[in-house]
Amino acid sequence: MTADVIDHLVGVSEGDSLDAVRRQRPDAKANAQASFDALFDSDDLTQVSQLERRAVAYWAVALTQSPTAGYYRELLAAEPAGASAVDGAALATALDVALEDAVTVGPYGDFPAGPLSVENVDGLHWTPSDALASVAGGRLAAALAHTHLLTYRPRDASQDALQALLDAGWSTTGIVTLSQLVSFLAFQSRVVAGLTVLKGAL
Amino acid sequence: MSESVLRPENTEPVEFTQENLGWVPWLEPFPIDELTERHWTGLTDKGRANSDYFRLLVRDPDILGARTRTDNDIFYNEKGGLPRALRELSATTASRVNGCIFCASVHSRFATQKSKRGDEVQALLDGGVDAEQPDAAWRAVIDASAALTRTPGEFGPEHVQALRDAGFDDLAIADVIHGAAFFNWANRLMLSLGEPTPPAS
Repeated sequence: MTADVIDHLVGVSEGDSLDAVRRQRPDAKANAQASFDALFDSDDLTQVSQLERRAVAYWAVALTQSPTAGYYRELLAAEPAGASAVDGAALATALDVALEDAVTVGPYGDFPAGPLSVENVDGLHWTPSDALASVAGGRLAAALAHTHLLTYRPRDASQDALQALLDAGWSTTGIVTLSQLVSFLAFQSRVVAGLTVLKGAL
Repeated sequence: MSESVLRPENTEPVEFTQENLGWVPWLEPFPIDELTERHWTGLTDKGRANSDYFRLLVRDPDILGARTRTDNDIFYNEKGGLPRALRELSATTASRVNGCIFCASVHSRFATQKSKRGDEVQALLDGGVDAEQPDAAWRAVIDASAALTRTPGEFGPEHVQALRDAGFDDLAIADVIHGAAFFNWANRLMLSLGEPTPPAS
């Protein structure tokens, strides 16, 4: 059982006013943590490896420019190579380099063609550079592209985007886990951001 | 050979609506007759086995179960904090900003049911988060939820202050944060794993 990661990231200690607030939604607190555990301490790594989970996590929060990026970078950097040729530290370095051309402002993207089309917003359709793809490998590179899509322009998501993952070797179940991972971090980074501001205002 | 996505025959709704939309998956849901004990635990509510969305998500049962229990406490724990209608408003706002027509339909309907202010809810759907809102509390919840939804985040002390000025305590403000944050989770799943279908005629 990991210590409460949101408390750690916000800097909440037992007995704080913010601790008292969080304890009034005990199931939300416990299950935000259980969600983290399900994704990062899973007993089933057959569809998504630990290295893939941690690389995607760091990428998602780094793109969000969340202060939680440091935490997830450490998780990634500590991960050994396992079955792949590259270890977490090398991946973290490669992602740091890639970040410069990947960070933008969201959400953007297109609505289904119709009256909402006037609200379409253009933006970066990021794909990994050859340099990043050669370090990450094709399967992880596809997941990093999908992570960028989900993070910044979720309304652009498409069947073709999922097919690209399947073609890169992801299983249907692996795509579900990958999607939960990126989407959970969209939640967690916002809870941390919001509670950090609230903490400063207490 | 890799698997293929599903490409269902469908005419996708093109506007935000409070009507009852459906949703079809782009990936194969887990077969109902192969669900194990762990899958049933992940589904939490047995009735969800009839939903393609939940039977797709149940392919990873542990995260689905934890997510559902997080969701239920954020939105349905009524011991103090933010009124239910405004929790639904935070969910609708995040969905409007991200562009999740399906999520917005469900939670705008709930917001209307709980608040009896269908016109204000519809103004959010039609005009977006900048549409005029007569109620200062609604304005503060919409602004805070929209700021949290943007990337990078734009939520700041001014949003906390506006919520306080509207009469909300710290638990209610934490509820706004969690409601909007949770829909940044839900929107991404709904938008990327399938698509909405028109209201049943």
